Amino acid sequence: MHTKTLKALSNALAAGEVSSQELTRHFLDRIKQLDPGVNSFITVTEEQALAQAKAADEQRVAGNATALTGVPIAHKDIFCTRGVKTSCASKMLDNFIAPYNATVVEKMNDAGIVTLGKTNMDEFAMGSSNETSFYGPVKNPWNTDCVPGGSSGGSAAAVAARLAPAATGTDTGGSIRQPASLCGITGLKPTYGRVSRWGMIAFASSLDQAGPMTQTAEDAALLMNAMAGFDPKDSTSTDIEVPDYTADLNKPLDGLRIGLPKEFFEDGLDAGVGQVVQEAIALYEKLGATLVDIELPNTHLSIPAYYVVAPAEASSNLSRFDGVRFGYRCKDPLDLEDLYKRSRGEGFGEEVKRRIMIGTYALSAGYYDAYYLKAQKVRRLIKNDFDEAFKNVDVIMGPTSPNAGFKLGEKASDPVSMYLSDIYTISVNMAGLPGISIPAGLSNSLPVGLQIIGNYFDEARLLNVAHRYQQETDWHAQVPAAFV
Amino acid sequence: MSWEVVIGLEVHVQLATQSKIFSGSSTEFGAEPNTQASLIDLGMPGVLPVLNADAVEKAVKFGLGIDAQITPKSVFARKNYFYPDLPKGYQISQFELPIVGMGHIEITLEDGSTKRIGVTRAHLEEDAGKSLHEDFHGMSGIDLNRAGTPLLEIVSEPDMRSAKEAVAYAKAIHSLIRYLGISDGDMSQGSMRCDCNVSLRQKGEEKFGTRREIKNVNSFKNVEKAINAEIEWQMDELESGREIQQATVLYDVNKDKTFAMRSKEEANDYRYFPDPDLLPLEVTEAVINRVRQDLPELPTQKIERFMAELELSDYDARVLAADRVLADYFETVVKESGAKPKLCANWVSVELLGALNKNDLDIDTSPVSAEQLGGLVKRIADNTISGKIAKQIFEELWNNGGTADQIIEAKGLKQETDTGAIEAIVDQVIADSADQVAQYLAADDNKRKKLIGYFVGQTMKLSKGKANPQMVNQILAKKLV
Repeated sequence: MHTKTLKALSNALAAGEVSSQELTRHFLDRIKQLDPGVNSFITVTEEQALAQAKAADEQRVAGNATALTGVPIAHKDIFCTRGVKTSCASKMLDNFIAPYNATVVEKMNDAGIVTLGKTNMDEFAMGSSNETSFYGPVKNPWNTDCVPGGSSGGSAAAVAARLAPAATGTDTGGSIRQPASLCGITGLKPTYGRVSRWGMIAFASSLDQAGPMTQTAEDAALLMNAMAGFDPKDSTSTDIEVPDYTADLNKPLDGLRIGLPKEFFEDGLDAGVGQVVQEAIALYEKLGATLVDIELPNTHLSIPAYYVVAPAEASSNLSRFDGVRFGYRCKDPLDLEDLYKRSRGEGFGEEVKRRIMIGTYALSAGYYDAYYLKAQKVRRLIKNDFDEAFKNVDVIMGPTSPNAGFKLGEKASDPVSMYLSDIYTISVNMAGLPGISIPAGLSNSLPVGLQIIGNYFDEARLLNVAHRYQQETDWHAQVPAAFV
Repeated sequence: MSWEVVIGLEVHVQLATQSKIFSGSSTEFGAEPNTQASLIDLGMPGVLPVLNADAVEKAVKFGLGIDAQITPKSVFARKNYFYPDLPKGYQISQFELPIVGMGHIEITLEDGSTKRIGVTRAHLEEDAGKSLHEDFHGMSGIDLNRAGTPLLEIVSEPDMRSAKEAVAYAKAIHSLIRYLGISDGDMSQGSMRCDCNVSLRQKGEEKFGTRREIKNVNSFKNVEKAINAEIEWQMDELESGREIQQATVLYDVNKDKTFAMRSKEEANDYRYFPDPDLLPLEVTEAVINRVRQDLPELPTQKIERFMAELELSDYDARVLAADRVLADYFETVVKESGAKPKLCANWVSVELLGALNKNDLDIDTSPVSAEQLGGLVKRIADNTISGKIAKQIFEELWNNGGTADQIIEAKGLKQETDTGAIEAIVDQVIADSADQVAQYLAADDNKRKKLIGYFVGQTMKLSKGKANPQMVNQILAKKLV
């Protein structure tokens, strides 16, 4: 039952082959049994999940079920969930019970989806290996000596190990796509503004975007139907109609123009990864697509610019964690200054502190123009590169990550090498475009993802292009041996 | 040495919106602490601001009221600093691109002359909460009811040259915001607060001296006193050959002195940057035009109309138009009484304002309504009562309420205008005053003018003040020959 896709489970529920309560119980049991070796969950909400499942079953009996009523999923612990600990994997919020639901959570609840629990992540979504979590690292189900990627590493590992049929994630510089790639699942980062950020604890507000992490593109389409849409509570969400993302999944790919940016295939790309990606692209050619060589000449500036903009916004976003109203407060503060310094010093982890320092520096008087303003200009250049490219192509393809899952601890002491994990994903966030990573093969027995980048609000096409590939291959259906 | 004072003001005005600038919480003053603070006002993880359209409209109104350019695309920025009553660790404000650009306002000085003061800019921002340091046994309490209240910060050019000019400017801004209905301007509740930038330079010098900023002055009286105290301090320093250091200071009312809070070196680096949670604020020409059409008559227009249509003097027009509520009060009195505007102006600006001042009240809380005063003036105009009786009735209205007509009726104060009745009283007075009559008749015209007062006084006394004074004069003149 746990190897079934969300779509298959939805069908099984509709056909009465299984109840939501049985399904939920099954996944809760799997989590109990298998998650200690993966550490993908921070909180398992067993009681609430069973209550939601019961309600879902009743709804089905009453004839009010939607396509997703009764299917269980997990939420990244960055989404506020009313009455449930919402920690962002930080000691700072270890005691924080959210008093409200994020819009994403609210919409999923409204669709009748059951929440199994809250998944592990890099602290405040800052990291590419899930090693910065206060609750310990997540292990890659394909090889538990390896990282699952980050920051949505818990969600990716939980889906890969089939501890949950699907999960939500957030992506600021690759945090959905890179762990999806490393764990062999499908992960979609929608266009900036497509999904509401209300209730999603902010890392870098102008880059953060929530999206689905699933086994298949079809499942991602189903979840997008529930997640996407304008939210009056988020001024940066976009008020344009939400299509039925499942409608065009099977559209043929004849004449599809695929752009291949030369910058995505240069030095730094692992040879095994490169080969998997080339094979996938060759398959697309067989499916009727034409390949177009393109250039994204400012790609090399995306990481330096990102590491100014994202920490700058983060340094301000994380100011509210001051020990005054909620979250961690140091013991016996001497005075206000001591309260601030020790609450923040003891409550935040190293990577978070590093980024707050970088961001504070970049925004300081005298440095603002040289760093923050310059980085915003670079961002404009990166966007222009993509705008130019999309005049001639429908989608852009390349690797999601320069490497497959690396060893735990391998890059932990070398932040720059860690930051380079996101070299192919960051520019997509900087431009605000949608991107998807789908499993395309294995390199040294570890999954490799193919990244497909689309034009603004062209998620339906990305899902269509991904789905057609998944009709021809079974990489997405492969489950690591220990979790079959 | 001869010094020139240079003053610029930053005025914070709380906009009278129903809800806060970025959340749906009420802005009502005086509720129990933290009962008007939503998730957004508390700065909970994951919350986002949504701009209140009414705050924008009120800012646009102000911009049009000072004849300023409305920025087509203004930007909200985060001002970052830590303080317990600042929940997010940053204040959402506007920095490089404020909604209101350069404008100006006219001020009236005590001698009646006017001066134009430049307004550099006005921007929207959110207010912080309040820290309460009493009653918490060495700890501090935080009340976030005020957090997120919309503020318009109005920054003037350094165009003022004395404390009196600064007060006149503050009053002009106060008058304008009340005219526009964008704020109640109540300084005692903090709806309007002034920061005063003061510097001195030698007369004739082009370059500005180093300024110090007096923070949070909360009454017109204190604006004048604080600035004068600061001028005195700076002059002493400069006269003693010391240099002024840029600083933020507070005014201590009891000591009548200013004290430095922090120097420039200790000043915060606010790390302003555009708030990524809010899109640039676009104000279209259509919105500006709609707001412009709904603008009420502004003080300068009202002064002109009072002079042209109501034939008031420049002075009366300025006094009465200084405040919208006062001007409305006056116009109601004119309408209710049907009397000459000049007579109404006298009653409002002399009798009413005098009484209000004496009792430390203002026009909003006047015990006598415009309708009541109008009813009274009506009876002066139609000769039912004399001015003297009217003052008596005014006092009665002030203390016990009612209408002028009720009081006239109840106390029998109606003026006597029956010639026969007045003649009878005059005859009585003449009969009782043989000596005075003889004296009068013997006197020349000049002396007679003085002596007749006695007879008028006696007649009025005998009529209990009710005889029409003009008729008494006429009848006396006829009979004393």
